[in-house]
Amino acid sequence: MQYERPSSLKDAIGLLAKAKGNAFVLAGGSDLLARMKSGHVEPDLVVDIKSVKGLGEIRKTASGFAIGAAVPCAAMGESTALKKAWPGVVEAANLIGCKQVQGRCTIAGNLCNASPAADSVPALVAAGAKAVIAGPGKKRTIAVEKVVTAPGRTSLGKGEIVVAITLDKRPSRSGDAYLRFIPRTEMDIAVVSAGVNLTLDQKGRVKSARVALGAVAPTVLLVKPAAKAIIGTKLDEAALEKLVQACSVACRPIDDKRGTVDFRKKVSGVLAKRAARIAYKRAGGK
Amino acid sequence: MSAIAVSTTINGDDTEFLCQAEETLLDVLRDRLGLTGSKEGCGTGDCGACSVIVDDRLVCSCLVLGAEAEGRRIETIEGMANGEDLHPLQSKFLEHAALQCGVCTPGFLIAARDLLEKNPNPTEEEIRFGLAGNLCRCTGYDKIVRAVQDAARVMKGS
Repeated sequence: MQYERPSSLKDAIGLLAKAKGNAFVLAGGSDLLARMKSGHVEPDLVVDIKSVKGLGEIRKTASGFAIGAAVPCAAMGESTALKKAWPGVVEAANLIGCKQVQGRCTIAGNLCNASPAADSVPALVAAGAKAVIAGPGKKRTIAVEKVVTAPGRTSLGKGEIVVAITLDKRPSRSGDAYLRFIPRTEMDIAVVSAGVNLTLDQKGRVKSARVALGAVAPTVLLVKPAAKAIIGTKLDEAALEKLVQACSVACRPIDDKRGTVDFRKKVSGVLAKRAARIAYKRAGGK
Repeated sequence: MSAIAVSTTINGDDTEFLCQAEETLLDVLRDRLGLTGSKEGCGTGDCGACSVIVDDRLVCSCLVLGAEAEGRRIETIEGMANGEDLHPLQSKFLEHAALQCGVCTPGFLIAARDLLEKNPNPTEEEIRFGLAGNLCRCTGYDKIVRAVQDAARVMKGS
């Protein structure tokens, strides 16, 4: 295995683009090193991007936030501005692993690892986050939900790196939330998860919303009918019941040791409802 | 493949070592530098026995490559006591019998120190959440939590 720590993005892309054999980006390494240890992957080249200028920063931009690909999730939890604007995204990022893993893991890595149960991804999808992708070709920015195509697979081309995740500036009266179900109280992988992001109008009615579900399909689902169910409402019981139904219908889960199909379908709606209530409250709704 | 030359700082000392690209920081600490206080439990970031601090961040050294230590500041359990003087957490772990076999102890101490530095006055729940990445298969955690609570009291007083 060859280890490289380029200081420029151009060099990082060059190394990955011309690599023969298995090449991997190393950001936090909490997935990559565990998979190396278990023998699931045998890299020929590892490109450590933590020394690439700018990738270790959370930047406040004119349009919102840009979270560099090498920013550990712990740093997201320490950013008061980010937590205030996107509490749901931060709480999702801070649920990955334990404190030790938090010190290393990144949301770009969580996304690119392409697990259906990735904690930060439903929150990012609900938030309408975008992935900034640099590579041998033109830099491109795509919706986060367009990055993962199947478990363990992404739409990234050879030599491409997700360099940042961007989050828009918040309109007033906005809130987001993320909840997951695990059989323990911490340190576990989501059996079902839900992210909800919404903005209210002046009368406290939901003006726009996005609902995303994790661990209930091969990739994280953006459930538009669930969002539609609550738009125009103050989250009354009838609207929430429609949201629950829309979530359960959208799920395409598997049966495994962590949860059955029926359980996941039921719990997806319950979590989405609870997350919607939290997001609504955070947006100032009463 | 030729070895990688790494310059780093470990417990305040400038340190240089050679390692292979795939070697973890934990392997380097234990097998190349003789710092065997950090333990390997799972090797996949689940048990916390290999906890160290890298540039002020608590991490599992089994999930860090040795080569990544270049230019960084590493703190391990070997740097916790000041000579013969134990850190209050170490004293309280002894006093409360917060260990049996001892394999998890260095990791717990490093993680607990990080916790108390960030939150000098944690609730029991905050301690339990903060130390959730450290597994102990002997004591059942209660004594560890008591030791950390007691150490927090002592450290606030000093």
